[in-house]
Amino acid sequence: MARSFPASPSDPLETAAWLRWSLIALAGAVMLLLVVLPLAMVLAAAFAKGIGVWFAALVQPDARAALRLTLFTAAIVLPINAGFGLLMAWALTRFEFRGKRVLLSLIDLPFAVSPVVAGLCLVLLFGSDGWFAEWLAAHDIKILFARPAIVLATLFITFPFVVRELIPLMQQQGSDEELAARSLGAGPWRMFRRVTLPNIKWGLLYGVLLCSARAIGEFGAVSVVSGHIRGLTNTLPLHIEILYNEFDSTAAFAVASLLAGLALVTLGLKFWLEARHGDALARTHRRH
Amino acid sequence: MDLHIRRLSKRYAGVSALDAVDLDIASGELVALLGPSGSGKTTLLRVIAGLLHPDSGQVLFGDNDATRLSLRERNVGFVFQHYALFKHMSVAGNVSFGLRSRPRRRRPDKAAIRRRVDELLALVQLPEHRDRYPEQLSGGQKQRVALARALAVDPSVLLLDEPFGALDAKVRVELRRWLRRLHEQTRQTTLFVTHDQEEALELADRVVVMRDGRIEQVDTPDVIYRAPASAYVFEFIGRANAIDGRVERGEFVVDGHALRLPTECADAARARLYARPHDFVLVDADAGFPATLRRAHRLAERITLELGVDGQAQPVEIDLTATPDVVVPAIGSRVGLKPLRYCVYPEGPSTAPGVEWPHELPLHAPATDASRRLLTALDARDGVDRERPDLSGVRP
Repeated sequence: MARSFPASPSDPLETAAWLRWSLIALAGAVMLLLVVLPLAMVLAAAFAKGIGVWFAALVQPDARAALRLTLFTAAIVLPINAGFGLLMAWALTRFEFRGKRVLLSLIDLPFAVSPVVAGLCLVLLFGSDGWFAEWLAAHDIKILFARPAIVLATLFITFPFVVRELIPLMQQQGSDEELAARSLGAGPWRMFRRVTLPNIKWGLLYGVLLCSARAIGEFGAVSVVSGHIRGLTNTLPLHIEILYNEFDSTAAFAVASLLAGLALVTLGLKFWLEARHGDALARTHRRH
Repeated sequence: MDLHIRRLSKRYAGVSALDAVDLDIASGELVALLGPSGSGKTTLLRVIAGLLHPDSGQVLFGDNDATRLSLRERNVGFVFQHYALFKHMSVAGNVSFGLRSRPRRRRPDKAAIRRRVDELLALVQLPEHRDRYPEQLSGGQKQRVALARALAVDPSVLLLDEPFGALDAKVRVELRRWLRRLHEQTRQTTLFVTHDQEEALELADRVVVMRDGRIEQVDTPDVIYRAPASAYVFEFIGRANAIDGRVERGEFVVDGHALRLPTECADAARARLYARPHDFVLVDADAGFPATLRRAHRLAERITLELGVDGQAQPVEIDLTATPDVVVPAIGSRVGLKPLRYCVYPEGPSTAPGVEWPHELPLHAPATDASRRLLTALDARDGVDRERPDLSGVRP
């Protein structure tokens, strides 16, 4: 995406100048209309009644609770997904076993199903009529409409990011360096720390970055399982929705501008990673 | 350290990659594992290294059974085709990795490691490159660093997997001569895999020719070239011409000509004569295999002729040294083709596909083994000087 290819001095397809320029103009217009303008509108609406109102909307207790919950969720989800993503990528690129292909396609499941369906699955499992309902009730554990469900839903939705970045990267690098390290007498831990990790660290960071952007912004699955309890189970996106539904659009846009800001920071970091360490990222896919 | 392979077998999805292979390698030897892809040479190397586990059989380092030892415990030096250098470590970091990975009580101190790295970099002639990173090195330099890294841990054997495979032709030739000199310095027991017969013949003390997971022949390069144990080895080891015929009363017979064989041999309804392009002379049409000259092309120092031998599907290519007095007959001339050195292999049940082919060759197998190869001949009795072919009798 951010990689530039050497520009050819003359267009080998010899597209007519008017066509070339109208295509470029069209692409620019679409970007402006669909991406830049809405983002600008969010900021404009957020600051419409002055910076004081904007600030007040952010420090309001419910908003602060929502921000805390969002960061709390991300703080749990990121290390878990990084760790499991690494294990999963390791297993899938370094071992041969039955069912490997099935497992590989299952990884994409969270991307394929609608987040709402993911949320409903959790309701089915942990809800009052769910499979684990009796056991949970007996042990007085609350999952649904509480923090655990929000974390679980976010985990599910963001699981593929790290694995999908690491698998092509580790496939591309092969295991020769690791085998070399072992044959030179390094133990498994030393091999991992000194050879594997340095080779995949930028890819891992890239995956974690994409994962965090999604974890912070996730709405659908979390909305199903959260219960929308103000100050308790509302994440930032849910909080925005509530504000908006209550016609408090200035506050809604103020909180939305915070999310948009986080997204811009992520985008900047992503751009930097791709420009600076593009070689150390998986070359086979550059989407998301 | 000497190395012994005992009846090693390995199967992948029902296909034999190694089929009861036996091999003995003496301490200090430089041995090539040669064969086309799928012949099992890389599998054998990887089993010796401990990168793969055999289904059955043993790998012995000296008297110690290493079959059950892990990669880490075997203490082998392994050099990969694509170098597998640690990208984020300097040359010195790569070379010292093995020493730094030792458990504390066996780990040399910093100064000793530094000395050892300098020593090894001098050995591989890269003393100025210690602080460079792999991406700043050429392919040949990378492979030399990989070699230094493998040698740093004083391995019991050095194993190289297609070590020159990723290099371009010129560097490849330089590097293998350099490796030969290095081996003469270090006398490290070394095994390398290659599919390039030239590389194997030039570099190795002994060459192991493999086919379908079995060893076809183990011999010095000279014997391999001069006296291939089978038609397969003959064809694999260099340019080869084949002439189909039969063996009758001590003669190799094709339609129109019979060649007296210098050694006793049993009759065979179908046999094949193999000879190298430079081991032929042209004679009168009735004094050799009758043939028609089809094409001739000249390279700097040799002339290559393509001839159609009567009744043969495959043409024969011969090389003549281009001395000033050599006259090439006109295209379409009738000539006789006389092989000076050749091997005749019967096409009998012993070489039919699927039938057991003897693979347990003793070390330094005698050049002639009557059960497999009917004869190898240097037939210069009629005094033909092969450097200056006698073309006087050839009429255009």
